[in-house]
Amino acid sequence: MSMNTQGRPTGTGSSSAAATGSSLLPDEPLLFEIGDTEHSGVDLPEAVIDDEFLAGFRRKTPLDLAGLTEPEALRHYVRLSRRNYSIDSGMYPLGSCTMKHNPRLNEKIARLPGFADIHPLQPVSTVQGALALMDELAHWLMTLTNTAAVCLTPKAGAHGEMTGMMAIRAAQVARGQGHRNIVLVPDSAHGTNPATAAFLGYTVKSIPANAAGTVDAAAVKAALGPDVAAIMLTNPNTCGLFEPQIIDIAKAVHEAGAYFYCDGANFNAIMGVVRPGDLGIDAMHINLHKTFSTPHGGGGPGAGPVVLSAALAPFAPVPFVRKGEGPLMLVEHAPEQHLGRITAFNGQMGMYVRALTYMLSHGGDGLAQAAKDAVLNANYVKARLTPAFSAPFAAAGACMHEALFDDQFLEGTGVTTLDFAKAMIDEGFHPMTMYFPLVVHGAMLVEPTESESKQTLDAFCDTMLALAADAKAGNAARFTSAPTRAPRRRLDETRAARQPKLKWEPPADLPQAAE
Amino acid sequence: MRYLPHSPAERADMLAVVGAASADDLFAAVPAAARLRGRLDLPDHAPEFTVEAHMRALAGRNHAAADGPFFIGAGAYRHHVPATVDHLIQRSEWLTAYTPYQPEVSQGTLQMLFEFQTQVAHLTGMEVANASMYDGSTATAEAVLMAKRLTRKDKVVLSGGLHPHYRDVVRTYLDNAPSLVCQPPSPEGQGDILSQIDDDTAAIVIQTPDFFGHLRDVEKAAEAIHIKGGLLIVVVTEVISLGLLEAPGALGADIVVCEGQSIGNALNFGGPYVGLMATRKEFIRQMPGRLCGETVDADGNRGFVLTLSTREQHIRREKATSNICTNSGLCALAFSIHMGLLGEAGLTRLARLNHARAVALAKALRTIPGVTLLNKSFFNEMTIRLPVPAAPIVELLARAEVLAGVPVSRLIPNDPSVANLLVLAATELTTDEDIDLLAASLTEALA
Repeated sequence: MSMNTQGRPTGTGSSSAAATGSSLLPDEPLLFEIGDTEHSGVDLPEAVIDDEFLAGFRRKTPLDLAGLTEPEALRHYVRLSRRNYSIDSGMYPLGSCTMKHNPRLNEKIARLPGFADIHPLQPVSTVQGALALMDELAHWLMTLTNTAAVCLTPKAGAHGEMTGMMAIRAAQVARGQGHRNIVLVPDSAHGTNPATAAFLGYTVKSIPANAAGTVDAAAVKAALGPDVAAIMLTNPNTCGLFEPQIIDIAKAVHEAGAYFYCDGANFNAIMGVVRPGDLGIDAMHINLHKTFSTPHGGGGPGAGPVVLSAALAPFAPVPFVRKGEGPLMLVEHAPEQHLGRITAFNGQMGMYVRALTYMLSHGGDGLAQAAKDAVLNANYVKARLTPAFSAPFAAAGACMHEALFDDQFLEGTGVTTLDFAKAMIDEGFHPMTMYFPLVVHGAMLVEPTESESKQTLDAFCDTMLALAADAKAGNAARFTSAPTRAPRRRLDETRAARQPKLKWEPPADLPQAAE
Repeated sequence: MRYLPHSPAERADMLAVVGAASADDLFAAVPAAARLRGRLDLPDHAPEFTVEAHMRALAGRNHAAADGPFFIGAGAYRHHVPATVDHLIQRSEWLTAYTPYQPEVSQGTLQMLFEFQTQVAHLTGMEVANASMYDGSTATAEAVLMAKRLTRKDKVVLSGGLHPHYRDVVRTYLDNAPSLVCQPPSPEGQGDILSQIDDDTAAIVIQTPDFFGHLRDVEKAAEAIHIKGGLLIVVVTEVISLGLLEAPGALGADIVVCEGQSIGNALNFGGPYVGLMATRKEFIRQMPGRLCGETVDADGNRGFVLTLSTREQHIRREKATSNICTNSGLCALAFSIHMGLLGEAGLTRLARLNHARAVALAKALRTIPGVTLLNKSFFNEMTIRLPVPAAPIVELLARAEVLAGVPVSRLIPNDPSVANLLVLAATELTTDEDIDLLAASLTEALA
């Protein structure tokens, strides 16, 4: 047993978990098992209040919130943190996630009081620097994409997709084409694409990929018709390939009276090298938390600004910054056609600051170099791992920023893609994206990003090759039992879903009383 | 370039392994017409100190909340965040981790989310909470959609006390559907939402404390909507109020959504923030957002995983229940740490302190000639009527470095009935000197 029993073992409950792990990585009880309702890590004066303005709504239900003093809190959250993998501790080759280095300058700048301690509803005369920052970020995004406008406010990629598709719908309605109710989505698309289209009430029509892993203009043309509102296409696509017929596809889409939504999740491969506006796209969201290095934070916050073509620019939601003579203005109310508001306030300012800091650090030259290095790294991994690993679309030539493999090389070994991924954990690497895209059997999608050195890539490839050899040598048990060296072994996800336990409950066999 | 590890020699070595003559060769699949020719009109890379100087200059052109008396609220609040919170969330293992899809190496994030869900459930008085939403406004829109799915009814009524931005976001999410009824603004706490309820009503949405600061009767609303088979959505934009006011769950709310910014998160000019959503256990399969659940590993040890993800769009594609994927993990962490530091004792003290400061503010405002306080009830925010339009007065005071609140006309333009209204908030950071300065400058401006 290496259960941490330091500190107060009492509290609103009592820990029940058995433990594994090393003495430097102890299990950590829940906050509710170590804290109680009396302890607090914040000193506050006691205020005298009466009920004059409370209209009889004073709280009677106990809060039952566990509190910790400052030293206890630090230990709890530091210990918990050490049970996480992170980019700073190792390579994070998750395909389509762009887990690149998060520069600390960005964090420092985002915490300047002039950015962090300003309110979204301050008089605009007191936040001219913030509006200038938004304007400058917009300039970078429009320049990198050669587009006419950008809506900064979406809170994440899926929110950006929703906003872009809403702009498309608004534009169709304005043209008297509101009846168009079909959105074309290739079957290699991110799950968020069909989800967004369906969310807005569109019928999703799937377009199959061709044998080379890309979309044929002919297949798109065949699917286009008077009821098609838009196509949602990811480029570079989720197989890690640049869509070679994309310009023809855009042309055909426009000729049919539809719009071209591009999923920009993979923009990292082409920033500074290809401008999506030159391809004919009408809307594209950009994940600032992927391409422009704002930290993933264990699942957000993200930011998903969406760039718009001249055709869609008049429909952008509020708010946006308007430049004129004199001070910058913040347009907060929708004139005419604008589609309204998609979030309170001004979007993810904290992410704008980090992204612009990243852009200024790289410059236009550095961004292009980063894209080229990201593509080089993916191709290097692909070259080193093939033919030990099966690369389904190798015939297509170089990949973009991510290398796709399938599970053919594991055939007959008794090892699945999942097993293989879990074995990587035991070797100190975070797994790649698995079982996505869906068009490939047992997919393994590796995106090293530009942040990895040749030395790290070599270590990664050596490990992957050794694991593949081991699988082929018949050592399946090593894979099916993995991981054994992580803070936890494989978790029972079926049980979690069948008997959902979504919050801490006091143990039934123990008294609930706080100490 | 300090962020790119390869030397030119290493790039050449790697290209040789790949079998390409140059990096440009790797882009051979890109049609020639699609390739950028020439240079982008953007500056070249720059050292840290150059970038920092540029950004500091921009930041320097903003008036920070701490720079003077500050009374702005209206959905985002200036509170003190303990130094421990910001220190902890900058630890690499929190800051630079991905969404915990590989639970064996993400137990830190997962256990934190489980604790967060527990905190939110206790705070709101609900049975279950999710692992966070983007913010309060989008969470409100998602709650409305959830209620429509659950009831299979169409009509939704928004209270006139709902934050106008939240109202606008719901409108946008519902594409201005005619079945969405938005009551007119209710600055006096008036408005009869209950008479709008009929058999086709999926949900009513009330906010408490509302946009104008009034405390609303959740229990009465719950009774009225439940009789007709609809759901009550309660919105809380100042989450610290729950330390003093009754939990909406104890009063009959079916879905509670909050803006969680007040706990752990800076003002940030509007984002990133953290939306909270809590509901009844029977509704979890229609709840949007990620959920973390407890389970065991292969050795029988307690562990945590993301669960019920068959609701989510990255899995469910066109059958997903919401438009949310990446959400507010790090902001939820900040919330959870700050709430863990407060505990019940601290949150209660903090809420009482906020209310006490607001009472002091209200009493000072009432003494100013020409000013009428509209609230009979409030937590830490209130609305006053001025004898003249509020926006120019706020601008005037801003020039004297007193940020006096939010003119209602900023959010509800072109409505003469609200032009003279000003919404002001006080928090634990509001001092007697701040209130004196505000009262003096407001008196002078109105004289």
